[in-house]
Amino acid sequence: MSSNRVTNFLVPVFAVLLGMLAGSIVMLVSGYDPIAGYSALVYGAFGDSYYIGETIRQATPYILAGLAVAFAFRTGLFNIGVEGQLIVGWLASVWVGVSFDLPKIIHLPLAILAAAAAGALWAFIPGFLKARFKVHEVIITIMMNYIALHVSNAVIRSVLSDKGFKSAKVHASASLQSEFLQSITDYSTLHYGIIVALIGAVVMWFLLEKTTKGYELRAVGFNQHASQYAGMNVPRNIILAMVISGAFAGVAGAMEGLGTFGNISVKAGFTGVGFDGIAVALLGSNNAFGIILSAFLFGALKVGALEMPSSADVPTELVDIVIALIIFFVASSYLIRLLLSRFQKEGK
Amino acid sequence: MGVYEALQIIVPSAIFFAAPLIFTALGGVFSERSGVVNIGLEGLMVIGAFTSVVFNLTFADRFGELTPWLALLVAMLVGAVFSLLHAVASITFRADQVVSGVAINFLAVGLSLFLVKKMYGKGQTDQIQVGFDKIDIPVLSHIPVIGPLFFSNGYIPSYIAIALAFVVWYILFKTPFGLRLRAVGEHPMAADTMGINVTKMRYIAVMISGALGGVGGAVYATIISRDFSHATISGHGFMALAAMIFGKWHPLGAMGAALFFGVAQSLSIVGQAIPFLKNVPTVYLLIAPYVLTILALAGFIGRADAPKALGTPYVKGKR
Repeated sequence: MSSNRVTNFLVPVFAVLLGMLAGSIVMLVSGYDPIAGYSALVYGAFGDSYYIGETIRQATPYILAGLAVAFAFRTGLFNIGVEGQLIVGWLASVWVGVSFDLPKIIHLPLAILAAAAAGALWAFIPGFLKARFKVHEVIITIMMNYIALHVSNAVIRSVLSDKGFKSAKVHASASLQSEFLQSITDYSTLHYGIIVALIGAVVMWFLLEKTTKGYELRAVGFNQHASQYAGMNVPRNIILAMVISGAFAGVAGAMEGLGTFGNISVKAGFTGVGFDGIAVALLGSNNAFGIILSAFLFGALKVGALEMPSSADVPTELVDIVIALIIFFVASSYLIRLLLSRFQKEGK
Repeated sequence: MGVYEALQIIVPSAIFFAAPLIFTALGGVFSERSGVVNIGLEGLMVIGAFTSVVFNLTFADRFGELTPWLALLVAMLVGAVFSLLHAVASITFRADQVVSGVAINFLAVGLSLFLVKKMYGKGQTDQIQVGFDKIDIPVLSHIPVIGPLFFSNGYIPSYIAIALAFVVWYILFKTPFGLRLRAVGEHPMAADTMGINVTKMRYIAVMISGALGGVGGAVYATIISRDFSHATISGHGFMALAAMIFGKWHPLGAMGAALFFGVAQSLSIVGQAIPFLKNVPTVYLLIAPYVLTILALAGFIGRADAPKALGTPYVKGKR
């Protein structure tokens, strides 16, 4: 049992190491200096207080998107639609943020709740179709991503602006931005969202591990037939799992809408945060604490990458390659487990 | 403007937009019929588009008019090789096939943009100079009414795509190879018992999907975008995936669905020129393919059943 737990911890570590190693091979083969490349990456992520602020800011939506994907995974669902739920959450939070004038103590929670509700609604559709018609959620959520993208663009053009490309800034009473956090990090875009994200992680842990409902949700994910036999309502649990997952994704969108950007613009393509959330959840072994760690790792990779072209002449896309390979290695954990068990046998 | 004139705008542009989707969706049919989910179609199209544009820019002087065809072949090969990653991860290492497909998509975009920046020093390639010619199909284009609509002034790859759908149908449903491939996707253990090499069949199927996805991306890049950047392939692979499902995992159905999505895409672009569509907001046309796919899957447009063993790795000797 204990060796199993060690393996579970080692798989993500090995995956990251293998991913970084493969990244340095890519740099070597294409004629770049891997040491200079990775030093630039580390400097760009942690080099001074500004970079640290940016890394934390980037990790904020990653934590929530990772929680959304992981919550679905833990309940036996694959929510590839986090991206779309994030976009509608972003839209809803900005919508509430610009249309009301309320005291901050009401306005800010209202805007975040609106985002959660929008994300939940967007996830309800695939959840309902899965529960009622047994339609696989992967395809539906992919389709819902595109619908979210086009619909939110249409709303921004017609409702939130006068045929323009972005909405107005959200009112100060709904904003997560903080002069204090900005000033201690040399005026990065760091905002209070990180607190919301950390609370989210605690909520997910508590909900899944410490409540009866969470036990039911996990049970349905493990074995639908056994759960039904034990008297659980399988369709209702599937829908609930999707809705909670979507709510996390919606709040991730609120972090962008109320914190990082303070508004919403017409998008030509996806933000990518929702898809990166899949990588975050996988690397974090779908565990709330693991997700915080992996969200910081991916946040650091993404922010640090911006420093690579100027100091080491390496294109930022190298980091995308590394992230893709990390997913590969985590997904192929069978390979890593096989290697580890070989090592253990030889050790004995 | 009458209905016929409107059709004269819509139909050719629908075929024009549908061609890359048809190729890619047919690739998806192979992979999924063998039991391997291929969310990576998007990434395979990206690789195909990248390869064809780079080949075209590099060798246009040497091969002249032949360049786009050779680029198509090279994109096909590179797509097949790239899809090996998906095959190794999901078949041999028993990775979650959806996750591995997601990784393929990440890797394709990252790798191709990395190489574009390395080779050209900027995030976007130049425009290609040599493309495909437009042709009128002999005899068929002289048929009154439908001749000018369907068979005139089109690109050759579009017609190849439509013909290929029939070839794929023949291969899958009328040859021993096709029977084996479908058997592996429906009941791998039964197939294994009958002496079919499940692993080999799945590898072949995934590589064919990589090859066709590569062609799809190459056709898109050569005919429609004519250059390569991060936004060249944005969701076309997923749309091809949708077409495959909408077409109920059947080659001809996939082709029909791809043509239909082509109509929706062309309407969202040329719709403004057509009187009775002018007042429909473009957002409805943009989301139409996705909404229809959801409705199709929910069973409102006939039942769509996936191959039985789709998404499950085959472990020999395991019940």
